[in-house]
Amino acid sequence: MSKNRRRIEIRFRVNRKLRRVCVHPLTRLLDILRLELGLTGTKEGCGEGECGACAVLMDGELVNSCLIPAVQLHGRSIETIEGLSKRGRLHPIQQSFIQRGGTQCGFCTSGMIMASVALLMGKKHPSSAQIGEHLAGNLCRCTGYSPIVDSVRKVGKK
Amino acid sequence: MHAFLPDFEVYTPRSLREALALLNQNNHKPLAGGTDLMVLLAAGNLPAGSYLNVNGLEELGGMEVGKDKVRLGALTTYTEIRRQAILCKEFPNLVAAARQTGALAIQNRGTIGGNIANASPAADSPPALLTYDAEIKLISEKGTRVVPYKDFHLGYKKTLLGTNELIHSVYVPRRFRNWHHYYRKVGARKSQAISKVIIAACALMNKDRIQDIRLSAGSVAPYTLRCFQTEEILRGEKKSQAAIQKAKTMILSEISPINDIRSTAKYRRYVTTQLLEEFLLSLP
Ligand SMILES: Cc1cc2nc3c(=O)[nH]c(=O)nc-3n(C[C@H](O)[C@H](O)[C@H](O)COP(=O)(O)OP(=O)(O)OC[C@H]3O[C@@H](n4cnc5c(N)ncnc54)[C@H](O)[C@@H]3O)c2cc1C
Ligand code: FES
Ligand code: FES
Repeated sequence: MSKNRRRIEIRFRVNRKLRRVCVHPLTRLLDILRLELGLTGTKEGCGEGECGACAVLMDGELVNSCLIPAVQLHGRSIETIEGLSKRGRLHPIQQSFIQRGGTQCGFCTSGMIMASVALLMGKKHPSSAQIGEHLAGNLCRCTGYSPIVDSVRKVGKK
Repeated sequence: MHAFLPDFEVYTPRSLREALALLNQNNHKPLAGGTDLMVLLAAGNLPAGSYLNVNGLEELGGMEVGKDKVRLGALTTYTEIRRQAILCKEFPNLVAAARQTGALAIQNRGTIGGNIANASPAADSPPALLTYDAEIKLISEKGTRVVPYKDFHLGYKKTLLGTNELIHSVYVPRRFRNWHHYYRKVGARKSQAISKVIIAACALMNKDRIQDIRLSAGSVAPYTLRCFQTEEILRGEKKSQAAIQKAKTMILSEISPINDIRSTAKYRRYVTTQLLEEFLLSLP
């Protein structure tokens, strides 16, 4: 087998749709989403697990897609920022970020929102401390965090 | 991404037996949660070669609570550790270490086996495991061996793990229920920070005397240190200023911290003694 033909076929779900890609086993989920599937809502910040810009849900749990190799994706279910809106309506947490200035340049926002979704799945009304812990792996260089924490705390409220 | 992927091969064994056979045949390197290896890959620092994707191997996962000990499969994640009630109750240092490892997305993926095998002197679970007399089960095609964790680390990034072996499980004996536990990591921030100093400890009190004690330190030596001599001078002592001073002097002779990007040797020496004092003062 020639070296560059060492590709494997991966079948998995992205935003509930079955997907099939043929990639090298160490291709990062981040690159599969952005380069193979055109889902560029997921961002690359650091590429080493530190910033959370690439965060997505894998089987309902928050992960950094820059650290997930293709070889571990088979049969999994991935949810990205593109999967949150339903019938053209934004997810309440997306609306809350818009309403409360939780986003400025927007680069960290997809990751922040995916981390918030992971938190809100387990807790409808998280405390500030819980929000702090759940978003601790997501860095923002613009907002100073207060509007982000506010967006999560007041989600669903007017 | 700075790596040239065709330099890498990855095998996914269907069973533990196949994994061990592959390991025996040639130099595969295990890949578990990938939170250490994928960082190296992206930076272009992962050695080219063959990797063994052990992530799905059932035998290496799972947790069992026995009468005398708890078994944690090597693939147990930090999130699983945090969720296990018996660990929260009886092995709080281990749960504290898990809670302070990276942030949640890392805790959902990083495994205890990976943390041990990676053998960073700054890692969070090793000091906790040392306070609980943990044992490590290593497995190869030739058989298994169970070694006390205190003997596992031999030097900087040097361990007992053979190239044909996998970490199978970690065992912690259930005899620390009535001990007092202490785990503190000092880093640049609360989450996502590698330690400058870690002190983990536990002590069994008999009235006002320290009947028995375990003490370990991270980031202050080439590998995670169990501080046997400091334990020894504290065993049988009453909690007193004199005992605390003696212990602080002793621990300074056991550690050998260095200056690096995270901190200085001087700061580490000072903080090590302060954390030791904080632990001793926290005893009833
Ligand atoms: C952003 C970020 C923050 C982090 N923060 C911390 C922190 O605060 N504290 C900390 O201690 N660590 C931290 N880490 C490091 C890492 O998450 C841990 O060391 C983790 O436990 C590694 O486990 P893994 O399964 O992901 O390892 P992998 O990357 O899959 O493997 C790590 C090493 O272990 C070997 N290995 C894995 N499983 C086995 C096995 N069963 N048998 C034999 N060898 C095996 C691999 O060959 C490799 O050498 C952080 C990492 C990142 C990216
Ligand atoms: S790009 Fe993945 S955590 Fe920063
Ligand atoms: S909005 Fe710019 S990084 Fe967060």
